[in-house]
Amino acid sequence: MEILILLLALFVLALFLGVELITKVPPTLHTPLMSGTNAISGITLVGALLAAGTNGSPALVNWLGFTAVTLATINVVGGYLVTNRMLAMFKRK
Amino acid sequence: MNPDLINFIYLLSATLFILGIKGLTKPKTAVRGNMLSALGMLVAVVVTLITINDVDFTYVIAGVIVGGIIGGVMALKVQMTSMPQMVALLNGFGGGASLTIALAEYATRVGMAPSALVNFFDPVVVSSNIFGEGLVGTIAILSIGLTVLIGAVTLTGSLVAFGKLQELIKKSRGLPGGPIGNGLILAGALFSVYLLANDPGDVAAMAAILSLALLLGLFLVMPIGGADMPVVIALLNSYSGIAAALAGFILGNTVLIVAGSLVGTSGLILTQIMCVAMNRSLANVLFGKMAAGGEEIDADEIYAGKVTSAQPDEVALILETARRVVIVPGFGMAMAQAQHAVRELADAMEKNGTEVEYGIHPVAGRMPGHMNVLLAEAEVPYDKLVEMDRINPTFEDTDVVIVIGANDVTNPMARDSEGSPIYGMPILNVDKAKNVVVIKRSLSPGFAGLPNPLFAMDHTIMVYGDGKKAVVEMTTALNQA
Repeated sequence: MEILILLLALFVLALFLGVELITKVPPTLHTPLMSGTNAISGITLVGALLAAGTNGSPALVNWLGFTAVTLATINVVGGYLVTNRMLAMFKRK
Repeated sequence: MNPDLINFIYLLSATLFILGIKGLTKPKTAVRGNMLSALGMLVAVVVTLITINDVDFTYVIAGVIVGGIIGGVMALKVQMTSMPQMVALLNGFGGGASLTIALAEYATRVGMAPSALVNFFDPVVVSSNIFGEGLVGTIAILSIGLTVLIGAVTLTGSLVAFGKLQELIKKSRGLPGGPIGNGLILAGALFSVYLLANDPGDVAAMAAILSLALLLGLFLVMPIGGADMPVVIALLNSYSGIAAALAGFILGNTVLIVAGSLVGTSGLILTQIMCVAMNRSLANVLFGKMAAGGEEIDADEIYAGKVTSAQPDEVALILETARRVVIVPGFGMAMAQAQHAVRELADAMEKNGTEVEYGIHPVAGRMPGHMNVLLAEAEVPYDKLVEMDRINPTFEDTDVVIVIGANDVTNPMARDSEGSPIYGMPILNVDKAKNVVVIKRSLSPGFAGLPNPLFAMDHTIMVYGDGKKAVVEMTTALNQA
């Protein structure tokens, strides 16, 4: 129960922090912001690794885990690379 | 590894994500911010890999390789004009990842062997506290049900959004009853979550949540038209974050919660910005048509005999003597891939001593910031990209405005005509400039389906044809002059 309250507190504080941070991002960078947050949402890779199942798991769990790892990795790799590509264009000059 | 140490390292990576987003508040620090964020991801993944044991690594390694290749190829190959499609897909994959995590966790806890799927509607008998004692267990199973719900809506909704942006799906038909039909599906899904929370072994309830939510995503996005896509993409972006945060509650994982919340708020704020820029509520974008208000406006009556058109080289003569020019791009510029041509025209004018800026409406294009990325690709410096509130007061001192591929966001009816369906929508006041040049294929209406009185004004010149070709011809004429 105590842990649950801590997690909830973290959740609520992170929401408020998010509002403070995101409202300061200029409209020019809104597209990279979206792809960058896509990459961050790839943090589900951590969850996917934890849920991927052990050696004794039913095949269903293993395949779900594989799917989760694949999708999350696409977000991490694709998200960070494409964001970097866009931001590099804004940086030059 | 010591759980405290693991959580400490997760805190470190959450901090790096926060610093990463902070970096995005300025173009100069943005690249470094993105790198910090990526470093945070690396730290979190590595520490997790060290922690997990007894895992069948074949599946993990296969997933990382397959996902890495797909993600890498997408990121390096995608054209800047197609960025909305890419983000739509990434939103969907994010939702899909959270969805499959929740399902895997559920299947693991319930000990569901594939054979359990055969006797689909026989609830698996489980003790009521497999997800934890009392309230903790209830919250855990609730989180699983809700993650499946939101993850599945995000997945199919994003795939439909992708299909629409890619023009694979052209119809905009929704469920009969619109919001009521969707509301019923949502109610059914939520009721199934309630059933699941009461009896975690109720596999049929889980199957119901999954299938209803997949349908809901489909029906939610199906009726929404292209120009409203910025709102939909931002909203689905938010959903993918919320799903990740909920998955964090299932696993009791702090970094998932923090990262998911940040993404969730980011998407919500962008959604809000887009809605304000269209003067519409979110409900109206999702379920409404453009307000069918006001008297029927006859396009012929507005345009008849009043529209002046010209050739690109005639426009070049006006540009030659202009002191200040503002370029207003819209989705048509992206469609024509005209961003490089536009930059070259701007270069030619600047060489001539003309001051050139770009006026960007928040909903121009198919996603927030779409025009900015296209122009940045064409090497337009970002300080020339001026947002609506700052460019509007300057139009009176502007000699020529070049509108390329934009329509509704310049329609003066939004400002002047109280009965108009778009009345109240903030617009770029391009009609206040001394001359307006509109590059457009024809006089056809924009997404709002309304005629644009701007086109018939005395100081407006229409240049019909392909945006790129027209701009290139203007540049050539200007350079020869």
